[in-house]
Order: sequence, then structure tokens, then C-alpha cells
Amino acid sequence: MRLKTFPGGIHPPDEKHYSASAPISNFPTPKRVIIHLSQHIGAPSTPVVEKGERVQKGQLIAKASGFVSLNQHASISGMVNKIGNFLHPTGAMSTAIEIISDDQNDMIALDDDPKYLDLPVDVLKERIENAGICGMGGAGFPTHVKLSPPEDKPIDTVILNGVECEPYLTSDYRLMLRNSDEILSGLKIIMKVVGAKKGMIGIEENKPDAIALMQKRCAKEKDIEVVALKMQYPQGAEKQLIYAATNRKVPAGGLPMAIGVVVQNVGTAFAIYEAVRYQKPLIDRVISITGPMVKTPMNLLAPIGSLYSDLVEHCGGITGTLGKAISGGPMMGFALPSLEAGMTKGSSGLVLLGEEAARSMAEHTCLRCARCVDICPMNLMPSMIANSVKYDDLDMAVQAGLNDCIKCGSCAYVCPAQIRIVQWIDTGKIRYAEAQRKK
Amino acid sequence: MNSKDKLIVSPAPHMHDKTTIPNIMWHVVLALVPALLFATYYWGFRALLLTLTGAVTAVVCEAIIQKLRKVPITVHDGSAFLTGLLLAFNIHVGAPIWLPIVGAAFAIIVGKQVFGGLGNNPVNPALLGRAFLMASWPTRMTSGWVAVKGFAMSGINNLPRIANNLQELSPKAYDLVTSATPLGVAKTLRDSSFVADINAQAGGIDLSGRIFNSLTEMETLKNLFWGNIGGCIGEVSAFALLLGAAYLLYKNIIGWRIPLFYIGTVFVLSFLFGGLPGSGSSILLPFFHIFSGGLLLGAFFMATDYTTTPLTKKGRIVFGIGCGLLTIVIRLVGGYPEGVSYSILFMNVMTPLIDRLTMPKAFGRVKK
Repeated sequence: MRLKTFPGGIHPPDEKHYSASAPISNFPTPKRVIIHLSQHIGAPSTPVVEKGERVQKGQLIAKASGFVSLNQHASISGMVNKIGNFLHPTGAMSTAIEIISDDQNDMIALDDDPKYLDLPVDVLKERIENAGICGMGGAGFPTHVKLSPPEDKPIDTVILNGVECEPYLTSDYRLMLRNSDEILSGLKIIMKVVGAKKGMIGIEENKPDAIALMQKRCAKEKDIEVVALKMQYPQGAEKQLIYAATNRKVPAGGLPMAIGVVVQNVGTAFAIYEAVRYQKPLIDRVISITGPMVKTPMNLLAPIGSLYSDLVEHCGGITGTLGKAISGGPMMGFALPSLEAGMTKGSSGLVLLGEEAARSMAEHTCLRCARCVDICPMNLMPSMIANSVKYDDLDMAVQAGLNDCIKCGSCAYVCPAQIRIVQWIDTGKIRYAEAQRKK
Repeated sequence: MNSKDKLIVSPAPHMHDKTTIPNIMWHVVLALVPALLFATYYWGFRALLLTLTGAVTAVVCEAIIQKLRKVPITVHDGSAFLTGLLLAFNIHVGAPIWLPIVGAAFAIIVGKQVFGGLGNNPVNPALLGRAFLMASWPTRMTSGWVAVKGFAMSGINNLPRIANNLQELSPKAYDLVTSATPLGVAKTLRDSSFVADINAQAGGIDLSGRIFNSLTEMETLKNLFWGNIGGCIGEVSAFALLLGAAYLLYKNIIGWRIPLFYIGTVFVLSFLFGGLPGSGSSILLPFFHIFSGGLLLGAFFMATDYTTTPLTKKGRIVFGIGCGLLTIVIRLVGGYPEGVSYSILFMNVMTPLIDRLTMPKAFGRVKK
């Protein structure tokens, strides 16, 4: 079989062996959770509970502050202890609701609607919106927004992203093996909501059993196709995945809906299924606790807001000296100052690396070796953007692709001078936004 | 939770490829070792001595300048060593020992450090050093060349096949065949008065044509390929250079675009225009042009220098074609027998312009 892929990209070691063979296990209800009000792109949610209030598992505790925002629900039962600043998985401090468990673990009543696919589109969408679902691959775009394309942008294809191209992470992989039927149902719901005729599930070749299982499940579905993809980073980046699967290019500055495509993570599809069928809010997700420093790497089904430190402890703690704790994958994830962060709906993994990996490398002069140019999946000139930002030439930076960068980190990965290209590009994006505001 | 205070916070990505600058430079040096071994085998210890003198001079100069500039001394990265090595590779084995010293010092000081060191030089320092030597001591650079023992300088060994008897070979013609480099022979035979002269002395036979044809005989090409000719230290054996080039391509240290389009352009143009005026071409002519002179050394090891060549993929193709075109123009109609180094220097200067004109369109961006 010829594997599909995109132009450019890199081949980092996939390092999935730490946690790939660990089936999903349940993380026992923790003593406390920290539910962030910014788990998504858009306005932070508005709290609807107060300090000292008792909440049930699944109860709405913060509501969306507009269309591009999200509902948040209690993921355990207990007492609201504090609404204040807590460490966010991106490494910054951010407002969150802290709940201390009362060990009752009582949950709001759930329904079961076995004929959920017959429900009208409005109801489906409403249930998704109520459940507070956002993209669970990391970016965290509110799902109900993504599923509401304008009338003039008809959608014909829905792609489920089961690529999981970030090294180490295995949460999507284990979820596909455990809940293939539910994920497929989620895909059908999404297809119905956006009116798409075709469904696709993109999976990288390093997960052959997931590909085989999904293919088996889709054998009788003539509208749904499993797409095996080459192992190449960033295969799971939205634009790259769409190109590999459909040969369509998302126009620069545009969204996938412009070319009739909607992409959703497999985890999101699972959450959509649960939200539509049982009206279950998104209060837990699968997270990989992995890396060479974790005693027993695991894939845990954990309540949203669980503390990374508790999750690590459940995995037997740390072996050796911890150098770096990365929330997300090592290519695009955030290095945390401590493990006291509460996981969010976008937390697909926590990777613990040793001192060796954490050694910071000095930036050298650019050799102009063009390795970054050769591998850039967006066909940009990363070193030129970085240099232009360094010397304050924003026009040149834009010409070299500042605004088209998806920040996948491939350029910095290959740079022999260890230039922190992504950081320079980030700086450039901020300066450019400032300059635009002044105009 | 132990080690809470030891966690390192840094921007993504948190994984990194193992290739570093020293890594790249020393790999290129390694890839040039076969050529150095061949030169040492042919010419003995002196080839090695001249080469190492150039390399060590470059390293010492870089260290001194960096000390004076009060910047970190980075000679361990191998880039100065490589520059000195390449400079010496452009000198012939009969040259005095001070030639590589002066050349390497000029290459590092004026060619590299004046502009701010590694990554900032506009043209290839080794080639600039060579151009400096050529302009300052042209006789030292072009005379006193030594052929490989037992072989003619031009690679044409089979004299009886050129002339029926040696009397037909006037001293001029004999000199040409035995003591000019292959490209020197090709160049001289483009001089019509010289041609008329030797043909007349040979009794009216087409001696010049016979000499020219023997340049592309398998016998001569073999000598060119293995290095049984006269030449600069580093460029003598096509085989040794190709060996090193294959290693660098395999290791992904050099790209294929510049060498392919450089050599490809030379191939096509030398086939079309490489013959003597008035006579036809031969499919072996391109091989003569590729295996002789500094083309392989230039195309694989100097035109691929990162800093002085275009960043864009299209730009690298333009660069290669430009180098090939200029090389052939100089070899066929210019004033020198060989044009590789000046072609690359000229295209180095064009690099910023080429980059500007060949900026890639971002994925998903439509052409305006």
C-alpha cells in the first residue's frame, strides 16, 4: 500500500514504546482538581458557582462567555475551594476553579439515546455545545464553532485526526484501540452535523493495529475511508493532514472549511459521541503519562483538572533526576516550571525527560545551511524569518512567511546552529500584531 | 515530588536532531581525506605538508583574530581547518611552502573574519584566498607544476598515437603534450596561430586535431579519473573526489541541486560547444571537462558551501546553472584554462539577489 503524506517534514524518533503497550486504565478520583476557565481558544468561561458551594460530578460550573467560548463542568464531586490563579499546562498562571473531593463521586443523571443519529442537527449541535467540547488534539478550538460553518461554505469531507505524530504520545492510539466503535459513531455525528458525504480517518503507519482495527470497523461503511499515512512529522498538523488525505490545500490565512473540509481529533469524536448519546459533559479524557523518567508509563482516563503531580505519582513517580516536564508532545508542548498544573481538555500527554534532554544549548550563528528551508512543511524560509525578526525587518519576515508559520518546530529540530527559530517567529508574530494595531 | 526546583523551562521543540556545526564541518574534512590520500600517494609527503600547512595556518589565524575581536574562540568547529584545507587543495605540489600560508591567512582574515566570521562571509573564503594568490603571484601559482610520476602532465601518454614519429612533434607540440595540464592543452589548441605553427612543423598533418582528440581517448580519460596527470593537490583524482561527494550526499550534508545542475550544465555546454572550432563534438568531451581541472572539487565541495550559496531550492538550481555556464565560458573563450573558482566566486556575489528573486510561495498561497 502506498502511504499518503505531505511535502517537507522531519523524522524524529517516535519514542512511543514507553507507553504504547499500556491499555487505558482509570485514574482513581483525585483529592482535588483544578478546572481552568481557559481550556480553549476564545473568551474564558464565566464561573457560575461560588466558593464553598457543593458541586456534583458533571455539574456546570462555568458557562461560555459568548459563541467562541466553552462550558466547563465539575469533573469530581466536592466543594469549590477557590476561584483564583493556578498553573496552566501552558506554563502560565491562569484563572481556574479548584474543587476538593468529598469522595461521594455522585454524578448528574445521564440519559441514553440509542437512536441519537436520528436527532435533528440542531439538537446534536446543542448537545455538543452544552457538553463543553473543544478540540482535544491540543489547539482547543471550541467544537461547536468548528461545526457551524457559514452557509456559503459547504462541507463535503470530515477527517478524523488519529495521526498522533508527536513523539511519545499514545493517548489517541490507545483510545482508537479501545473505543473504535464510539469514535466511528462520533464521526457519523459530525458528518451529519456539517452535512458531509465523506468521512476519513487518518492514522500514521506506526500504529498498524489501529489502522487494521479501524479498517475492519469501516469495512461496511462505503462513505468512510481509513487513510494510512507515512510516519513523518507534522503529519497531524491540520493543513498537512488535509493535503495528505484529500490532496487539497487550505488557502493561506484561510480555514479548512474554505475547501469543504472539517478536521476533528479522534478523542474529540469520542467526546462528541458521549455528549450526543448520553448528554455527558466533557469531564474526563485519556492522557499519556510517559517518557524515560516515568517509573511506569501509562495511558490514563483521568478527570479534567487532575494535577500532573497526582498523575505522575499514580504512575509510580519519577525515576532518576527529572530535567524537563513537557505538557503535550516534545515538538510543540510546553515545558512546565512544576508539576502542579491541572490538566485541561487539550492535555494529550505529559512527557518527563531527564537532565540530558533538558540541557539547554547555546544559539550559534546561522550557517545558512538551508536545512530549515528544505524541510519546512509550509514551504517557508524559517531562518530568514528568524533573522529578519532579529534585525527588526518585519516586512522581510512576512515575505519569508511569518504569518504562514504553523509553529510545528521542525526547523528548530533540524537546525545545526540550535537557533530557537520558533521563539523568534513567535516574537515576530507578537511584534507584527503590535505594528498592525498601531496602524 | 523531588527535583521541583530543577525543572528547565524552555521553548518548544524539546527534541533536537544530533547534527551540529562541528559535526558537519569535520564530516566534510573527512570526505576530503581520500583526495588528500591520493595526492600524497602520487606526490609524496610534500602534498600532505602543503595541505596541513594551509589548514593549520587557517586555524591559527582564526584563533588569533577571535582573540583580538574578544569573541569566543571556535576553531574546534572545523570550519577554519576546512577553509585552509580547501585553499591548499587549490595549490599545486611544486609551490613554495609560504604560498598556502599566505593564502590561508588571507582567506581567514579578509575572506571570513573581517565580515564577522562563520555564517557572515559573502564569498567562499578558500576561493577568495586562491584568487588573491593568483592575482599576487601568478607565476608561482601556474608554473613549476609536477606531473604524477611516469605520466604526462596532460594525461596524454600515448605519444606514438599522435605522431607517426617523434620528429613530427616540434618542441612546441612536445612541450604542450608533456607539460601542460589537460585544460591547458585544450585551451592552447584554441589558439589558431599556435595551431597553424605546430601543424606546419609537423609537415602539414592535422597534429592539433590529433592532440585534441587524444584528450578524449579512453586512455586519457582513465588517467584523468584516477589522477595520473598534473594538477592542484586536491583536484587531481576525480575518483577520490566522487568518493567523498557520495559520502556527503549520503549523509545529507550537501544537497544534490547545486552539484547536479553545475555538472549537468557543464556536461551539456561542453558537448555543444567543447569541440575545436570547425570540428564536430564527441560524447566523450563532457567527460573530459568534468574530470579535468577543479570542477568536481568545486561542484561538490565549494559551490555547496552553505553560507555563500542560496537558501531557496530554486535559487540553488539557478546557482548551479550559473556556475556551469560561467565555467564553460571561461574555459572555452576566457583568458584562463580553468574557470571553476571565478565562476563560484561570481555566483557567490549573486546569491542575495538570487534568494530575493526565488522566494518560495507558502503552502496554500496562490501565485499572484
